[in-house]
Amino acid sequence: MVDGPISATIGAMITALSLILAFQLVGEILSRALDLPLPGPVVGLCLLVAACILRPPLADRLRPAAQGLLAHLSLFFVPAGVGVVAHWPTLRDQGIGLAVAIMGSTLLAIAAGALAFQAVARWTGSVDPSALKEDADG
Amino acid sequence: MADPALIWSYLAQGPLLWLTATLVAYVIGDALFRAAGRQSWANPVLIAVILLAVLLAATGTDYATYFEGAQFVHFMLGPATVCLALPLYDNLPRVRRAAWPMLAGLCVGSGVAIVSALLIARAFGIGGPVLASLAPKSTTAPVAIGIAERIGGQPTLTAALVLLTGIFGAIVVTPLLNALRVRDWRARGFAVGVAAHGIGTARAFQVNQTAGAFSGIGMGLNAVLTAVIAPMVVGWMG
Repeated sequence: MVDGPISATIGAMITALSLILAFQLVGEILSRALDLPLPGPVVGLCLLVAACILRPPLADRLRPAAQGLLAHLSLFFVPAGVGVVAHWPTLRDQGIGLAVAIMGSTLLAIAAGALAFQAVARWTGSVDPSALKEDADG
Repeated sequence: MADPALIWSYLAQGPLLWLTATLVAYVIGDALFRAAGRQSWANPVLIAVILLAVLLAATGTDYATYFEGAQFVHFMLGPATVCLALPLYDNLPRVRRAAWPMLAGLCVGSGVAIVSALLIARAFGIGGPVLASLAPKSTTAPVAIGIAERIGGQPTLTAALVLLTGIFGAIVVTPLLNALRVRDWRARGFAVGVAAHGIGTARAFQVNQTAGAFSGIGMGLNAVLTAVIAPMVVGWMG
């Protein structure tokens, strides 16, 4: 096998994916064994943060693969999204009430959560100038 | 030349066709999203879902057959969730400094999401299992389904409500928080993660890395909090 740049990149990706899957696997086992309220992948997430704190080189190794997957996080929701269509009859029966409940509560929750965060950040002096949005961007 | 009907019946059985269709639909959705200048209303998930729904209806394919192929894409939700560890790790100093604001944003955002949804639905005469299915709709799908099962909801209906919440949240977050003049990326990301889980987080990552990291944290923390408070709120209101 020729170890050219592309083959090396794919090799690094396979290593990174193996590590990510291993963390998910351990998370899944712990979640079930200890009967945690969190699903396996979220337990895996916590374990991976702990592992990166203990061994910072691990973060550098996984970063390209992780950023690649997260940049297209939307893709992974498509199959479940198509499932909404499969449940269309149920949704249609209670249509207006469910639609108003989802839209109203989501608007209220985003607004209230962001304003509460912002108010307490000012109150406790936890303002981060490097995390402020320029008026021009999205 | 073989009979096209035979080729179709062969393809309709295997995962290749619907796996390809899912990726192509997303590529089209993502291209339209970019062509629209990354505006939140051109949500790539929404575009891909509409394209696939039309295709399924046109070919008379049921969801179970579609999912045979699409499950490989669906599976990647797990590894992608684990990957949220990286932006969280990279932002740890910021996260430590924001502990109190996050606690406030979490309690307010999570509480408002559950209580307002149930109050509005009840005003429309919705009750019983549908109300219980609605309660965990702001949390990530696997957690929401687990909560719904425990409080007497319908898991499949919950999954659909979770998705609709995520897509709506991802679409409204930018104009809503611009109108409220919230300029702190941490607050913007965190609030959409709490209210609109992974789809909101996907939107946050499209806009800003810090917003994405805080959104992922908001999603994770709300999964825990909703598991605790949703049964209490439903018990009290249902």
